Amino acid sequence: MTAASSPAVVREPDGGPVKPGPSRGVLARAAAGPRTAYLLYVAGKLGGAAVSILAVLVTSFFLFRIIPGDPVKAMTRNRAVSPEQLALLHRQFGLDAPVWQQFTDYCGKALTGDLGISYQFHAPVGELIAERFPATLLLTGVAVVLYSALGLWLGTRSAWRHGQLGDRLNTGVALTLWSVPSFWLGLLLIIVFSVGIGPIPGLFPTGGMESGSATGFAHVLDVAHHMVLPVLTLVAVGYAQTLLVMRSSLLDEMGSDYLTTARAKGLRDALVRRRHAVPNALLPTVTMVFINLGHVAAGSILVESVFSWPGLGGLFYQAIPVPDLPLIQGLFVVFAGAMILMNLLADLLYPLLDPRVGR
Amino acid sequence: MTTESAPAPPGSLAWQRRRTSAARFWRQYRSHRAGLYGLAALVLIAATALAAPLLVGGDVQDVTGAPGRPLESPSSRFPLGTDQYGRPLLGLLLHGARISLAVGLMAAVLSVAIGTLVGILAGHFGGWFSTVVMRVTDWFLVMPALVLAIVLATVLSQSVWTVVLAIGVTSWPTTARLVRAQTLAVESRPYIERAQALGGGHAHIMARHVLPNVMPLVLAQTTLLISAAILTEATLAFLGLGDPNVVSWGGMLQEARETGAVSSGHWWYLAPPGLAIAVVALAFTLCGRAVESVLNPKLGTSR
Repeated sequence: MTAASSPAVVREPDGGPVKPGPSRGVLARAAAGPRTAYLLYVAGKLGGAAVSILAVLVTSFFLFRIIPGDPVKAMTRNRAVSPEQLALLHRQFGLDAPVWQQFTDYCGKALTGDLGISYQFHAPVGELIAERFPATLLLTGVAVVLYSALGLWLGTRSAWRHGQLGDRLNTGVALTLWSVPSFWLGLLLIIVFSVGIGPIPGLFPTGGMESGSATGFAHVLDVAHHMVLPVLTLVAVGYAQTLLVMRSSLLDEMGSDYLTTARAKGLRDALVRRRHAVPNALLPTVTMVFINLGHVAAGSILVESVFSWPGLGGLFYQAIPVPDLPLIQGLFVVFAGAMILMNLLADLLYPLLDPRVGR
Repeated sequence: MTTESAPAPPGSLAWQRRRTSAARFWRQYRSHRAGLYGLAALVLIAATALAAPLLVGGDVQDVTGAPGRPLESPSSRFPLGTDQYGRPLLGLLLHGARISLAVGLMAAVLSVAIGTLVGILAGHFGGWFSTVVMRVTDWFLVMPALVLAIVLATVLSQSVWTVVLAIGVTSWPTTARLVRAQTLAVESRPYIERAQALGGGHAHIMARHVLPNVMPLVLAQTTLLISAAILTEATLAFLGLGDPNVVSWGGMLQEARETGAVSSGHWWYLAPPGLAIAVVALAFTLCGRAVESVLNPKLGTSR
């Protein structure tokens, strides 16, 4: 979550859970040939991801069933219910079965996409999530692409001229924005650009994803208009991490001999940077981008709630005060699953980008 | 770093060495200008937080005896205006510093304590124990920490301690990884073997040799974690999961939003608490980075 923790994540490109990383059995794999080695590596990572998913299911099950005591009691809090109704509800939610049976039922259902019925929407959680998912994907996808690009660009510039005024300014601004709570920045942006302050008129909508029944290109423009402020908030708060990782990994490459060689060949400074230094420094940052992609679904909870964006984060925000336990539980599984999936993708991509890993 | 297993003159020599290394640390820390600014800001904020009852009176949180009318604009009497109960916002802001700092510190200490314990145990014992522990750590690392913290705060009772617990138990894995790596590095040195040959047991080696050596790392990590913890605390309070009886910066933002400060453009209600959060988080980050680069010069040049 912090700027400090990010490099630690990156230092472990094989941070995939469960299976031993590439350091072990390297010799055996080298003997087996590169393709087999990669397949073994993939199998290991897939196995790890499967175990992680199972672990998420176990956690979500016990977190919600053991800690709050009786889910039915939590559900009917502040309402008069007769013992018969309680018993009926228990039967409906399958809570009268032994715990292990509830658990196997839950896992079986969760794996087929059945995550239970939401208390407040009276609709299947799986359906609700599927309905809201595209909005989150759109918002956070655009934001991650933008802030990764911005972080890479500024990080490269910063490292290449490190110690100079531009670098200090860059890092300072990034760290400051990084310290700002995203929901607060969002609220301020709404006041300044949507409500309007003094002479500035409201330029952007205060929330939501679309304002009319426009179709075709007009609809696309409308959605883009609604996206400006939330994306701006996410980018402002998020780009520091990419910047810092890119900056420090490029600085690690700066003293390398191959850069001296490239310069000795007579390459221009920009070419040395673009063709030699940046590709080598890019690897940790790629992992970072994937980890960010995994984070954003969960990380956009606040921004989505501030801007009333109809996505998963907004759904989660609506579920908290009730508390709508099946919905929170389902979203928890989805958020953690997204994280595991993105980590898996990063792990699978890494050996293709860097031949030293996993072979 | 100065731990002597020989019982000889207990104190004087070790203390002298500690004083020298503290002086060296301060000399190097002083050369990081950003770190100094951060430290100055922290000292100022901590002093304000401690003196808050003296500056604004202890009854500022009292809803019934509020001095102003609801939602007043800034004036000479109330420099930041008043909230929906007529309480002066400046007083609430100063009071909020206490809870934000306290929760941030306690959560970071809890998180670092768990991380250090797990890291040292995993690094010291190795074998299948270490494998299992590190898999659990990895798995926590993959978990979306904010979601887990929100879930914990939802299912447990609403209090300051719940928030501390929720932040503490979700943010320790990074520390555990760092500490384990450092423990492995320390334990490969010959003086550990010497201590074992002299009959030092597991507890002795972990407490007297490994712990002092990982402490610098732990210190830097704590400072950096505090800013994350303060941000998470504000987030949880903003989501309405904090202690409703205590004024905190995140809680003030939540109330500002609920009383319609956004749609009516009451920026003086919204801006100060968020700014305060950002300043404190930034100050801790700057200090943490300075401490980190003093203790780990290689990292210092590269960051």
